[in-house]
Amino acid sequence: MSDVDFVKPTIEYAELSPLLIVFGVAALGVVVEAFVARERRHVVQVSLAFVGVLAALAATVLVGLDLADVGPGQGLVGAEGSVVVDGPTVYLWGLVLVFALGGVALFAERRLEAGVSVFAGQAAALPGTEAERRSSGLAHTEVYPLVMFAVAGMMLFPAAGDLLTMFVALEVLSLPLYLLCGLARRRRLLSQEAALKYFLLGAFSSGFFLYGVALVYGYAGSMDLDVIHSAVLNRTDDRTLLLLGIAMLSVGLLFKVGAVPFHAWTPDVYQGAPTAVTAFMSAATKVAAFGAILRLYYVGFGANRWDWQPMLWVVAIITMLVGAVLAVVQSDVKRMLAYSSVAHTGFILTGVLGLQATGALGEGEVTSLQAVLFYLTTYGFATVGAFALVTLVRDANGEATASAKWAGLGRRSPLVAGVFALFLLSMAGIPLTAGFVGKWAVFTVAMSAGAWPVVLVAIASSIIAIFFYIKFVRLMFFVDAEGDVAEVSVPSPLTSVTIGVCALVTIGLGLVPGPVLDLVAHAGDFIR
Amino acid sequence: MFVTTLATSLAAETGHEIPVVDPGSADGVLGLVWLVIALPLLGAAILLLGGRRTDRWGHLLGTAMPIGSFVVSLVMFLSLMGRDEEERQVVQHLYDWIQVGGLHVGMDLLYDPLASLFLLLITGVGSLIHVYSIGYMAHDPRRRRFFGYLNLFVAAMLMLILAENYVGLFLGWEGVGLASYLLIGFWQHKPSAAKAAKKAFVLNRVGDMGMATAIFLAFVTFGSTSFTEISRVAGEAGEGTMTALGILLLVGACGKSAQVPLQAWLLDAMEGPTPVSALIHAATMVTAGVYLVVRSNFVFENAPDAQTAVIVVAVVTILWGAIIGCAKDDIKKALAGSTMSQIGYMMLAAGLGTAGYAFAILHLLTHGFFKANMFLGAGSVMHGMNDDVDMRHYGALNKAMPVTFITFAMGYLAIIGFPGFSGFWSKDKIIEVAIGESWIIGLCALLGAGITAFYMTRLMLMTFFSSKRWEKDVHPHESPAVMTFPLIVLAALSVLGGVLLLGGWIVHWLEPVTGPEEHHDLPIPVLAITGLTVAVVAVGVAIAFLLFQKRDVPRTAPSDVSFVTTAARNDLYGDAINEGLVVNPGRRLVAGLFVLDRSGVDGTFTGGGAAVKAIGGQLRKVQTGYVRSYALSVLLGVIIVALAMLAVNL
Repeated sequence: MSDVDFVKPTIEYAELSPLLIVFGVAALGVVVEAFVARERRHVVQVSLAFVGVLAALAATVLVGLDLADVGPGQGLVGAEGSVVVDGPTVYLWGLVLVFALGGVALFAERRLEAGVSVFAGQAAALPGTEAERRSSGLAHTEVYPLVMFAVAGMMLFPAAGDLLTMFVALEVLSLPLYLLCGLARRRRLLSQEAALKYFLLGAFSSGFFLYGVALVYGYAGSMDLDVIHSAVLNRTDDRTLLLLGIAMLSVGLLFKVGAVPFHAWTPDVYQGAPTAVTAFMSAATKVAAFGAILRLYYVGFGANRWDWQPMLWVVAIITMLVGAVLAVVQSDVKRMLAYSSVAHTGFILTGVLGLQATGALGEGEVTSLQAVLFYLTTYGFATVGAFALVTLVRDANGEATASAKWAGLGRRSPLVAGVFALFLLSMAGIPLTAGFVGKWAVFTVAMSAGAWPVVLVAIASSIIAIFFYIKFVRLMFFVDAEGDVAEVSVPSPLTSVTIGVCALVTIGLGLVPGPVLDLVAHAGDFIR
Repeated sequence: MFVTTLATSLAAETGHEIPVVDPGSADGVLGLVWLVIALPLLGAAILLLGGRRTDRWGHLLGTAMPIGSFVVSLVMFLSLMGRDEEERQVVQHLYDWIQVGGLHVGMDLLYDPLASLFLLLITGVGSLIHVYSIGYMAHDPRRRRFFGYLNLFVAAMLMLILAENYVGLFLGWEGVGLASYLLIGFWQHKPSAAKAAKKAFVLNRVGDMGMATAIFLAFVTFGSTSFTEISRVAGEAGEGTMTALGILLLVGACGKSAQVPLQAWLLDAMEGPTPVSALIHAATMVTAGVYLVVRSNFVFENAPDAQTAVIVVAVVTILWGAIIGCAKDDIKKALAGSTMSQIGYMMLAAGLGTAGYAFAILHLLTHGFFKANMFLGAGSVMHGMNDDVDMRHYGALNKAMPVTFITFAMGYLAIIGFPGFSGFWSKDKIIEVAIGESWIIGLCALLGAGITAFYMTRLMLMTFFSSKRWEKDVHPHESPAVMTFPLIVLAALSVLGGVLLLGGWIVHWLEPVTGPEEHHDLPIPVLAITGLTVAVVAVGVAIAFLLFQKRDVPRTAPSDVSFVTTAARNDLYGDAINEGLVVNPGRRLVAGLFVLDRSGVDGTFTGGGAAVKAIGGQLRKVQTGYVRSYALSVLLGVIIVALAMLAVNL
């Protein structure tokens, strides 16, 4: 009757394989949950998750190696324009998967809680009831499919080629995290409170994001980042719609990375969530969300960067200052690390606003994209390592996160305290650790983009930050322990290998950052 | 084109050329330069990671390492002397530290005449202080750790001196800061030591901020942080940029070298063990600021305003430190005030430009000798007096501790500038150059010399002469040989340090780094200046003699003293100024932000799983409130973001 041709949608299975593997493993995990006997589930789920992540990682490497051949300009726009596989995407995929590997290892740790995992036996059992006591020997194995769904969302997020895919990815990564946050075995009320807060505020900010999508669609007539880019470039009529749209989109994304004033959830959620979840979430979510921020701003709104850069200036400045200053007064390790992660968000934003026109950069100069990718790498490893170490320092009530209990830890367990100090020093940006090179890179790109006021504030806040990191190092090594203190429990190789790898990377990237800097330079630019 | 002309005209105006750092590659013996850093670093690693197993021989290893570095430094120095003048700058490329596109930072070591002198000072004096510490720390259960920290310090300091770019220098800069922090707080059981360590840390952060900003500014302006690169193109940048760069470097230098307004930490730093005061807070680390200014001569020569700022800071510090030195009864604090003041002299000379660089370094070296000597001497006195530091409890110790007395006297004569002693040559030259620059600066420097003579004579008399004012159970005795041997060597150096100036050797030696010396016409003959200086010093000594030898020294400090004395006893209210201007507003800001952000969860739940039900009740009450207020803050953020977006596009 009509002449409309149905064109079969093409899916580039080879290039999208890392994503598909993770989604597949996540779905398979749900099936396992239904059909495998309870006592065998843990082993099966953990192996499945490990195999899945490793396979996805291998696929990512393969995709990365072939990238130059798959399309014009180092990558392709696949799945009918909704997923973009280019250099930065592949790098971010790799990063998310590596942190996922660490996350799964920490989830699977069972020696610290005497044979059970750190997750609640039965999430539905009310705290303090008979049902909870009966479930105390059980362990949730649903966390593995959940984390795989989150990982899949995180991989899709920075690869999204249009705003709708980006929104879907945002939700896919967020929902499992809300759940995971509420599954702590100990201090369950705190954990559930954290999950609820995260969920409510996350939903709130998602609303803004969606509204922003609508406004930008109203302006550009499309959700494709590519089309939005041309619209921004070519149209000269009233742009209020566009500007408000960018503002709303920014709110959704800045919430995810925990930028001030959208940071309020960070300390509560980081503290309340099981520490293994915090470790995974703080590193991987930030990687994914910053990947999305970069793509949105650079690809979609790169042509009108003068519109949004001043706004990011303001946000970056207050984020760094508030994060650093409030971290100083924290008396809980996890909260201190949470505020420190807020401050890091500010530092990374400093790198983001270093965007310049391609011609403005000299041959081979570091682009802001490279600087941000490198910073995310250094920050991620230090954070995963630091939170993983927090799980080891315990007293009779489980993890001892009150900083007073860490006093004198350096004398009782020099190794643990020393490695923790290493992570803190890297976060502080002390030379010869990874953090120094990362800070150096983002400050430089911001400076050469003319954002010197932001860089001045950044240097000031990193000096405030040094203060509280060193304060904590001093607490561990120089303060005498009083009252009951925390001791270090010996974990299974799962945790210790994770920590060891993070420590090695942190030192390695400080001494010889060259290979990774080359890799991010090699990743090239976003494609449209 | 225009830029080049400007650079040329600027150079023509100042009438001298600014030397460019143009090193060859390190070959032959000079290829060993990495070893100088590696040895103490290895020592620190073994001692700090080796744990208790190394307790028995740790101090010996810790001492052997800097001695090894000293031997290497000496061999390299001799080899450098044998080279032609143009070939006396070499660089050793260890590896590419950060290398991606335009961002290139090499782990490079620059060995040149300036570095060669510093290497000898650091490893030489450092070794002596290690030897001394074997005796001084003999009864401390954590002696091995102490040596580990000392080695770490030496390695970091050598890194600072040998780095070929500002990033490497910053690495050493942070390293010495860390080691200094660890060592000031070494006796952590004393709350005052912990507090002092913290204060030093905070004030140094302010300096570091200047330093870090300077590095970024340099990188953005020149596209490099290497001395070689920057010195080549330094003349082409605008004077405004160079002034900013110079001022920022000066802020860094002020923090590390305890110059006004960042001076307050040095006096408190005396809480550390005395060898630390001698090595770090007198002979080496605190002179890093002077090194920075001299090393960055290509910046300062292009920024006359920044040079003026250096001079102002230096002159204020000379007098500030000297006045504090007059009022302190704590022997180490009096010496610390003196250190501040003497570094002021070095800064002054460095600020005076080409005419003064060489003398800044000369004074730095002689000061390194005599001040280390006197600090170790003070340590020896304390050792004999049951660790009492109050000079009002000393007196007439010249008989009880003959070796300490004689060696200390050599240091004393050197610092006041007694003719023939090392301090005489170096300080006299600085005053001469200062007078050549301006009468006012010269007079201030001269006045400083007079006050120096006064407070050092006071210290000398109260300690070794006048009447016995000992505590009842104190039996002063001479220290063991392992402690007096370094004193003797340092005393000899304090006497003979002036030979470096023989025939203008040091000026000539440093020429490849600082450029040919520039001569000012002096308003009065050189001999007259020398005579004047000696006369002023004599007056200072005489006044002190009348006040402290002819009259009895009370055992407790008199309280009915003039306003000036009270002020000086309180470090000229340096702390109060810091409190009022920086600390309190900062604290208020934090408190304000904290109240704004306070969520209560922190304080309420630190107890862990106790009383779940009670907490649950609490939790329910606070929960809704929090999410609401968080959501409100998100909403506020939305408005801010939207307004910011719209406002810039109006």
